[in-house]
Amino acid sequence: MNDILLTILAAIVTTIMAFTVGMLYGGIVRKLTARVQNRVGPPIYQNFIDLMKLEFKTTNIHHGLMSHLGPVWIITAAVSVLMFIPIVHGGMLLPGFSIENLTFKGDLIFLIYMMTFGSLGMALGAGETGNPNSAIGVTRGLSLMTGFEIPFVLALVALMIQYQTTSITGFMQIQEETGTWMMFSNPFAFIAALMASLGMFRYSPFDIVGAPAEIASGPASEFGGKYLGMMMSGGSIFAFIKLVLYVDVFMGGAHSIPELLLKTFVLYMVPVFYGWINPRYRTEQAIRWFYKWPLIFGVIGVIWAIY
Amino acid sequence: MIEANDKETQGVVDYIKNFIRKHSIFMLAYGTGCGAIELPATLTSRYDAERLGIRGAATPRQADVLLITGYLSTKTLKRVIRVYEQMQDPKYVIGFGSCTINGGMYFDSYNTINSLAQYIPVDIYINGCMPRPEAILAGFEELQKKIQKGEADNGTKYQENIEWYRANQKKIIKNWRMPDYNW
Repeated sequence: MNDILLTILAAIVTTIMAFTVGMLYGGIVRKLTARVQNRVGPPIYQNFIDLMKLEFKTTNIHHGLMSHLGPVWIITAAVSVLMFIPIVHGGMLLPGFSIENLTFKGDLIFLIYMMTFGSLGMALGAGETGNPNSAIGVTRGLSLMTGFEIPFVLALVALMIQYQTTSITGFMQIQEETGTWMMFSNPFAFIAALMASLGMFRYSPFDIVGAPAEIASGPASEFGGKYLGMMMSGGSIFAFIKLVLYVDVFMGGAHSIPELLLKTFVLYMVPVFYGWINPRYRTEQAIRWFYKWPLIFGVIGVIWAIY
Repeated sequence: MIEANDKETQGVVDYIKNFIRKHSIFMLAYGTGCGAIELPATLTSRYDAERLGIRGAATPRQADVLLITGYLSTKTLKRVIRVYEQMQDPKYVIGFGSCTINGGMYFDSYNTINSLAQYIPVDIYINGCMPRPEAILAGFEELQKKIQKGEADNGTKYQENIEWYRANQKKIIKNWRMPDYNW
């Protein structure tokens, strides 16, 4: 009985941590972006204030069942994927307290599959609202996904071939035993995955999904108030998940929370830095970009893994 | 000592709600008149409205404040009403310049309205033709004060007085083909 309670507590703690870290990173990026543009910028907790305000708004629009379920789906997908990601080595979130993260012994393929659920929820929910901007946004989002998923999967497949395992904990163990991070043992796969992450985080030049000046924030254009709040928190959790996955697979995982925060933050700044110096691509330009260098690096990574 | 049923003072929850609302204002990126040109200046490096929590929202569903930035033709009024009704409570309206107060230099024009408050409730007027970014920020500051006091509830007032507003709106928009009640 005690074990079950501890597991539930661990799940809650993990979710709250992922949410807080994701939102805080977003806030830090807003502040840093403002500084880059020579502005003062909002405080780093601005995202939390925005979220609370959205939750306090009245929402009484009815477009159909799926448009209510879409945001719920996103947050459900985010939390369930989070439960499968080993956050720290050995699963001990806080030393001293026996709060264990639910370390998942299963495989990466399942996780890649699960990670698309968020976008699927968004697509279904936005589709039912009937707003033409939503439809365009969803189309753009799914097109972008066909772009970045291929180099991303190629990179992971390269590692799977190289180490003959698909388990995330397995990857972490191998890195622990050999003492080399996989970003060094298969650099081409890492480069491909890093380039794919530019599209995953949807900062410019790959912010074609939101594109507020063109298609009124895309899929979310018919969602305000609590729905938008849910989407925001789901998105933050997803950002954290992707970062932790990259850290686990390529950067040797983390042994403590501060180490995790350091590694994830460094990783998070890559798409942000790239975004600061780039305007927005058109959809076909973005996809073409992914099919050039990232794809080539992914293929080289696979060849490197085989020979 | 605050009494339990004192209507004049806000409860703790209301205070927090209003505090959060005033620090996070999404304005609709939809300019209706000449004043819209002042908004980019308000949002970018020099005046930086984002430090006050004011940022753009591209769609009425996400927006808190509707800016009527100058003269309003009857044709645009129809869209403005539609947009205002699509916004979610609590919602605010800021009118820019004399055009929204009394018609301004278009006071005798056949196709522009004279007083915005006849058609949708206005929270704050900013004067000037057109108001500079300082004036716009001052207007937002006034709005924030109003929100903190809990006085900015024109969305509910609009719903309560819908017949009066509808009568005014239908008087000026001859071909009224709009969904009747949509929020």
